[in-house]
Amino acid sequence: MNRIDKTFETLRQKKEKALVGFITAGDPNISDSFSIIKAMCKSGLDILELGVSFSDPTADGPAIQRSSARALKDGINLRAVLEITGRLRQETSMPIILFSYYNPIYAYGAKAFYKDALAAGADGVLVVDLPPEESDEMTSQWSGNELALIRLIAPTTPLKRMAQIAQSASGFIYLVSKTGVTGSEGLDTEDIKDKIELLRSATRLPICVGFGISTADDVAAIASVADGVVIGSAFERLIEDNLNNPDLASILANKVNEFKKATKIKDSVTL
Amino acid sequence: MRHNKAVNNKYNQDKFPDSKGHFGLYGGRYVGETLMPALLELDEAYNKIVPDPGFQDEFKRLLRNYAGRPTPLFYAKRLSEHLDGAFIYLKREDLLHTGAHKINNTLGQALLARRMGKKKLIAETGAGQHGVATATAAALFGMECRVFMGTEDIQRQSANVQRMKLLGAEVIPVTSGTMTLKDAMNEAMRFWVEAVRDTFYVIGSVAGPHPYPVMVRQFQRVIGNETREQILRRTGGLPAVLIACVGGGSNAMGLFYAFMDDPLEMIGVEAAGKGIETGKHAATLGQGTVGVLHGSKSYLLQDENGQIKEAHSIAPGLDYPGVGPEHSLLKDFKRIQYVAIDDEQALEAFHALCVLEGIIPALESSHAVAWAMIEAKRRPKNEIIVVNLSGRGDKDLGIVSAYNK
Ligand SMILES: Cc1ncc(COP(=O)(O)O)c(C=O)c1O
Repeated sequence: MNRIDKTFETLRQKKEKALVGFITAGDPNISDSFSIIKAMCKSGLDILELGVSFSDPTADGPAIQRSSARALKDGINLRAVLEITGRLRQETSMPIILFSYYNPIYAYGAKAFYKDALAAGADGVLVVDLPPEESDEMTSQWSGNELALIRLIAPTTPLKRMAQIAQSASGFIYLVSKTGVTGSEGLDTEDIKDKIELLRSATRLPICVGFGISTADDVAAIASVADGVVIGSAFERLIEDNLNNPDLASILANKVNEFKKATKIKDSVTL
Repeated sequence: MRHNKAVNNKYNQDKFPDSKGHFGLYGGRYVGETLMPALLELDEAYNKIVPDPGFQDEFKRLLRNYAGRPTPLFYAKRLSEHLDGAFIYLKREDLLHTGAHKINNTLGQALLARRMGKKKLIAETGAGQHGVATATAAALFGMECRVFMGTEDIQRQSANVQRMKLLGAEVIPVTSGTMTLKDAMNEAMRFWVEAVRDTFYVIGSVAGPHPYPVMVRQFQRVIGNETREQILRRTGGLPAVLIACVGGGSNAMGLFYAFMDDPLEMIGVEAAGKGIETGKHAATLGQGTVGVLHGSKSYLLQDENGQIKEAHSIAPGLDYPGVGPEHSLLKDFKRIQYVAIDDEQALEAFHALCVLEGIIPALESSHAVAWAMIEAKRRPKNEIIVVNLSGRGDKDLGIVSAYNK
């Protein structure tokens, strides 16, 4: 069983939901980034989404825009992200999903990317701006199917399209909680619950919900209906607020810990 | 500059784009899932509504009675004689309402938006011409309008900012990145992701995800249709060469499209900014490599890691590190030749047109005029050059006077 499936299986047995953490690789700089992410991995994170910075992140709000800018300023690129992935793989067996815009992968070459990402120990990839209509050009260059292709389902996705997307997805489904960029506010748990029910009729893959989740209460609310909760901007804001704080790694580790507790709720709907 | 005389490669217009918006390798729809349903809806509406005779009638009536079409084709006699070369004709898009070709497209898109039941428009703008043209269409149809504009452009094109505000639009300053057109487009896309259910995004060039490149080309091709008829009627023959500036590429595509099957040369003029060798330019087709930005695949100015580079041009409408996907294919086909003119050359052409013809051209259009001045001198005197004078230069007086200091 691959690391993603195994993680969801273990969580199911423990009656927990997945805490999925997005973090921009190389933020606030490449060397500190590694120790921050490592500390997060050891503090209760279940799945790591490692962000590959792009100069023009049109799907991201201000927090992740600024985190990408910090990482790029320190010279991050896809090759360096794969290096970080490899080093993290020495430390942890948790699933690592590379989270990228398409252009850095296109520039790297889809074929080499597949090979190098697997070799580094990545388990999946989510390409924000590569919808199913365009993704053959990438996957057709892959020499196998060991890298999960995580798909997004949006609030605007109609049911029929949900089913089509779910068919070509693997690993888990990333359900975008609301229209807007990452980090926007206004979580509507009732609406998400309805969406999840709809989506369950189209797929048996685990469903993780992201966008706009920033407090432990949010996490608990989403964890009661979904299989996983994705946190991104909240971590990036914490980095930004503590740029010169020597305790940055433990601050993030504590936050992970707090969120993780919120995924272990008694009355959670069993998967 | 290289000059390819034997340019006559057949470009089969009917083959491009395919049903998913691909122009060969280029184009497509590279956007997040939240926007995909909106683009599919737009594509369907575009294919159903725009060919409808009722739509076409209304569009043509607006172009004639409101925008001021047809625009004249003017023989620039003193400029031609001064250069002592080929005949230079100017297609006077600068005479259109709002002062540039952009209004052709915004009237088309706003009409489509209205028929789709959308009452809110958003747009990105660099020079402010597309912003003004969108604000104008919004006022005409009683729609809400928000325009995203980089703060650098707000400063250097302030007259257009005032115009947009007078027209009732909200101008949203963009402070991220280079604070120019690229970042204005980033911010417009971010806003659209949130407001996609009731908001129509009016893209200002033949760029962006499908169906924008084909839709904007269709709304702009009236420029070439008119020009072809005018030049044949007036001179009995076709020009030897067509010249237009290329930012995203809409005025160029608009002029060129009607002539695609004709035996003539087409030249797209990009901005060489402070000089190609300085790296501070916007010569995307001349110097770029293939990648994905703003929803489509095309040539881009980027580094080896796929990070977008900063563009530079004195003309805010050309100051963009991307270009429309169909231009990329036409470059590969060698059907269009792409050259570059730097800031200084553009300014010289700007002044030449002022004093020799009494026309103050937009700095964007001045790039096309500058190449025409080079081209005229090395061509036989009986040949005709048609230049797309895409806009007027009132907006640029501040830039020009600051440069002279
Ligand atoms: C007068 C004028 N010409 C040309 C352009 C460049 O755009 P395009 O290449 O799409 O025609 C602009 C853009 O703002 C403009 O204002």
